[in-house]
Amino acid sequence: MKARVTVTLKTSVLDPQGKAIEGSLKSLGFDGVSNVRQGKVFDLEVAGDDRAKAEADIKAMCEKLLANTVIESYRVEIAG
Amino acid sequence: MKASVILFPGSNRERDAARALKHASGQDASIVWHGETSLPAGTDVVVLPGGFSYGDYLRCGAIAARSPVMDAVRAHAERGGLVLGICNGFQILVESGLLPGALLRNNHLKFVCRMQHLKVERAGTPFTNGYTDGQVIEVAVAHGDGNYLADVETLERIEGDGRVAFRYCDAEGNVGQASPNGSVNCIAGIYSERFNVLGLMPHPENFIDPLVGGTDGAGLFASLAKAAA
Repeated sequence: MKARVTVTLKTSVLDPQGKAIEGSLKSLGFDGVSNVRQGKVFDLEVAGDDRAKAEADIKAMCEKLLANTVIESYRVEIAG
Repeated sequence: MKASVILFPGSNRERDAARALKHASGQDASIVWHGETSLPAGTDVVVLPGGFSYGDYLRCGAIAARSPVMDAVRAHAERGGLVLGICNGFQILVESGLLPGALLRNNHLKFVCRMQHLKVERAGTPFTNGYTDGQVIEVAVAHGDGNYLADVETLERIEGDGRVAFRYCDAEGNVGQASPNGSVNCIAGIYSERFNVLGLMPHPENFIDPLVGGTDGAGLFASLAKAAA
C-alpha cells in the first residue's frame, strides 16, 4: 500500500525558510503570493492490505519519528 | 568522575568533550558507540557531543535521538544521573524528549560561527558550581539550528522554575540584542526539571585552554567533576 505523509511547521511557528522563499517569489514578480510555508513529503509503502492498520502504523511513525510534534503537524494520505 | 561520551555517526566534538572532561577530573572518559544498549558500569556523567549526527537528516538530532544507546541514557537520567548535551547533543536531547521544546533553523538562515557571551543564570547546579550567579562568560557558538522555541505554557514553566541555564548576552551581560539565532528569551541552554540534564548550543568544551582562546568553559567541567566526585 502506498502512502504519502506531509509534514509542515505548525502555523504558530515562524518559518524563516518559507519567508525567504516568499521574498524570492516576490522578486520574480509574483506579487500576490503570501503565507509561503515550507514542509516535507515522505512517500512510503507498507506491507499488507489492511487500510486501517496501515493508517494507524503510519500515524505512529509520524508521532515517533517523521514529525516533531512540538513544532510540526502531519497529514497522512493512503493511495487508492 | 566516570564520564561516557556518546559517539554517533557524524559526531565531531567527542574528543574535545573527552579532553575537557579529563582536564577537569584527571580521568579518561569512555567513548561509547551509539549502537550500545548500556553505558559503562559506574557512569556518572553522559555527554552527547556536538557535530552533525546522521548528517542532520530529517531534523537535527532526530535520528540519533532514536538510537539504541538513548534508552540507556534516558534510564541514566531517570536515575538522576547527569547528562550534558552540547550543540548537536542539545538537539538530540530535545528530540528525545529529555528536554522540552525544539531547536529550529536560525532566524537569519545562516550558519553562525563566532565568539559569544553568555550569562550564567544560576550558579549552584551540578553544571555551574564553578561559576557565580549572573557571571558573563565567553565561548564560541557554531550552529545552523539553534533557535530555541517552546510553546507558551512550557516556556512559562521553564522560566518560572528557573530552568534557563545560560542566555546569550553582550560583554556587559545585557540580554536582548545579542542572540545569534533568534532563540526565544535569548535562551542558550536549559535544564531538565530535576536539574540533572543540561542542553546548550554553545561550546564550553573548546574553551578550557588559554592556548586556544580562553578558559571560560572550564568551569562547567570543573563543576561536573566536583558534583560527581
